Amino acid sequence: MTGTRSLVRLILRRDRVIMPLWVVFLAVVPVSYVASIDELFPTAAGKAQYAATSASNAGFVALYGQLFGSSIGELVAWRGGFLPVVIGLAAILTVIRHTRTEEEAGRHELIGSTVVGRHAGLAAALIATCGATLVMGLLLAGAMAGQNLPGAGSLAFGLELAAVGWVFAGVAAVAAQLTASAGTARGIAITVLGVAYVLRVVGDVSGMTDGPLAWLTGLSPIGWVQAIRPYGDDRIWLVLVVLAAALLLTAAAVVLSGRRDVGAGLLPPRPGPAVGALGSPLALAWRLHRGLLAAWAGGFAALGVVLGYLAEGVGDLVGDNQAMKDVFARLGGASGLINSYLAGMTGFFGLIAGAYAIQAMLRARAEETAGHAEPVLATATGRLRWLGSHLLFSLLGPAATLLAAGLAMGITHGLNVHDVGGELPRLLAGSLVQLPAVWILSAVTVLLFGLLPRLTAVAWGALALCLLVSLVGQAAGLDQWVLDISPFTHLPKLPGGHVTALPLVLLSVIVVLVTVAGITGFRRRDLPA
Amino acid sequence: MTDAISVAGLVKTFGQTRALDGLDLSVRTGEVHGFLGPNGAGKSTTIRVLLGLMRADSGSASLLGGDPWTDATSLHRRLAYVPGDVTLWPNLSGGEVIDLLGRLRGGLDRKRRDELLERFDLDPRKKARTYSKGNRQKVALVAAFASDVELLLLDEPTSGLDPLMEEVFREVVHEESERTVLLSSHILAEVEALCDRVTIIREGRTVETGSLAELRHLTRTSIEADLTGEANGLANLPGVHDFQARHGHVKFDVDNPALEEALRALTDAGVRSLVSQPPTLEELFLRHYEVSR
Repeated sequence: MTGTRSLVRLILRRDRVIMPLWVVFLAVVPVSYVASIDELFPTAAGKAQYAATSASNAGFVALYGQLFGSSIGELVAWRGGFLPVVIGLAAILTVIRHTRTEEEAGRHELIGSTVVGRHAGLAAALIATCGATLVMGLLLAGAMAGQNLPGAGSLAFGLELAAVGWVFAGVAAVAAQLTASAGTARGIAITVLGVAYVLRVVGDVSGMTDGPLAWLTGLSPIGWVQAIRPYGDDRIWLVLVVLAAALLLTAAAVVLSGRRDVGAGLLPPRPGPAVGALGSPLALAWRLHRGLLAAWAGGFAALGVVLGYLAEGVGDLVGDNQAMKDVFARLGGASGLINSYLAGMTGFFGLIAGAYAIQAMLRARAEETAGHAEPVLATATGRLRWLGSHLLFSLLGPAATLLAAGLAMGITHGLNVHDVGGELPRLLAGSLVQLPAVWILSAVTVLLFGLLPRLTAVAWGALALCLLVSLVGQAAGLDQWVLDISPFTHLPKLPGGHVTALPLVLLSVIVVLVTVAGITGFRRRDLPA
Repeated sequence: MTDAISVAGLVKTFGQTRALDGLDLSVRTGEVHGFLGPNGAGKSTTIRVLLGLMRADSGSASLLGGDPWTDATSLHRRLAYVPGDVTLWPNLSGGEVIDLLGRLRGGLDRKRRDELLERFDLDPRKKARTYSKGNRQKVALVAAFASDVELLLLDEPTSGLDPLMEEVFREVVHEESERTVLLSSHILAEVEALCDRVTIIREGRTVETGSLAELRHLTRTSIEADLTGEANGLANLPGVHDFQARHGHVKFDVDNPALEEALRALTDAGVRSLVSQPPTLEELFLRHYEVSR
């Protein structure tokens, strides 16, 4: 453990921009819910009505989790039900970035030759990550208490979100020991996160009707932290259970790390072919992108199955509750509760597909900074072909994943209502109509890559803006011009909504113009830049 | 004979830094040209400009009769490049990378590829993530040498290779009698063994260029001799440096134009034994580098 302190400082120095950004962002988002919910439902009766309808709505329960009370604190903590996934993701990415990525790049070897203990690298990554989520939780608790919410509940809420970060930091620490590749380790940890979320979704939805699968929630770390029930039961002691799980995972990681060589994984590397079949930039891009594409398409299809399956229940549970219909009209906009739910879900898929569009495009930047682009561009491969091979995945990749989501939702929901032929086209249209807005994010990334290559990652800021507008914007009563910044605002709400061609055409024209500008910039600039 | 590469007055700045400051370079078709300079002198930047990866601020550069920036793609069919720091896709095997780069260049000589793999003792089935630096270098070298091209741009190609493999590299370059090679290197023995002509750059400028024989002419020979008599006046001859004498044993360096006169002075004094060291490139190199300190 010698040297851990200096390594922690190294991590904080390297992450001095990104870490404070996610810590503050994740602490602020739930606080913004306080005002928006208070504004929508100023009276206690209104809140109770909203809580009652929400708690019996399968779509909401699936997305956010179970709701146990109607105080403003409980409503905010419930609306923040997707945050554990985001925090888990942040923890996973941070831990892998400072463990396996370092090892794969060979930097760990240099550090390891100095006076640092065998486990100092792992310890430093965990301390920095868990420390960051703790700071995030405490900031959140302080800010919530500052909004005149109960102190104990605020602390419980903050610790709930911090603790979920600890567990997934532990998961990432174990995953980092398994393979020699940082990408595979990330994949393993994110799969665990996805499974934890799906277990929580299925368990909670089944629990609404005391179904036989309610116990599944108990298997999910996300279920554990949500059982803390901030502002209600405030079962802060559960944090200790979660902490114990995190410590167990850490211990497992330490044991595994002690049994392997530096740079190696536990899973042995397999030899590859002696003669290669790759012969074009596109074939290379396919090789580099196929894992990511399969993961996204698989994830979208699985989530599509779950969310499509739940759609019919939305109608059943609400029945003819007028207040519920009002709520939905406000949240979704389109007529028809199920349509509103489905349109909300396709919109949700669209936003998330935006993340994939950016991620796929950033691959080009990663290839450039890693020095992989240089030997390729020193061959007869022109810049346009090289960039085009990655751009293709940024454009068609999200199309394929949205197609998967639309198919999955259309088929499961269609089977439920015995009308696959009718529902499938509606949901495919709803999913695919997101593409012009998703492509705006691809185009923005290409533009940055071409003109300001060192700031390419700022494209994530564009997605954050869209997410903020979609998640908070309407509820917070922002001006229309602010909402209009997000391309997703201009999409028709399908299924159920009205389609006008003009916004779609305009978005597409913007995509083309911005992409061309980015490509032109790339063809004129130095490499590597 | 025409020039495969001709560069004149090349300037490239990065912010405040002037990486290239009026660099000149000419490489004749068919020759092996050594490209020398201390770290940060601008060797890699020059090669990147020649590859059309970077655009020079001013000056002219022509490569195989074309413009490296506007004709990049068509020129790249006729050349192969080995970067100084070879990084490979960690999940591709060495064989896959060699074949990919070969195909992207427009063709690969299968027989030559397999022969080179054998000679460089490289296992093409291993994933690139498991290769050492030397082995990654070999992947790039095999891909370049097995390509059917007329120009090779090699940026410190032997860094990371063991002495045995350096020898293989030298043999392979010797066999490249028809191709033009631009070899940027720090290893002077390698440059002396392989290159017909040499260009030395420092801080983005060319400080010396010519054949090794010409360059040697500019430098000094070091002489040690045992004399029977007194070497009168030798120490004061123009062109003689660092003269030391003890018990009839003399040691000095002499500028090559003054060599004849120095030898005459020695024979006048009576020579019992004589050792003369030809000027090494190393000396030349150090003399130019030290000025920069």
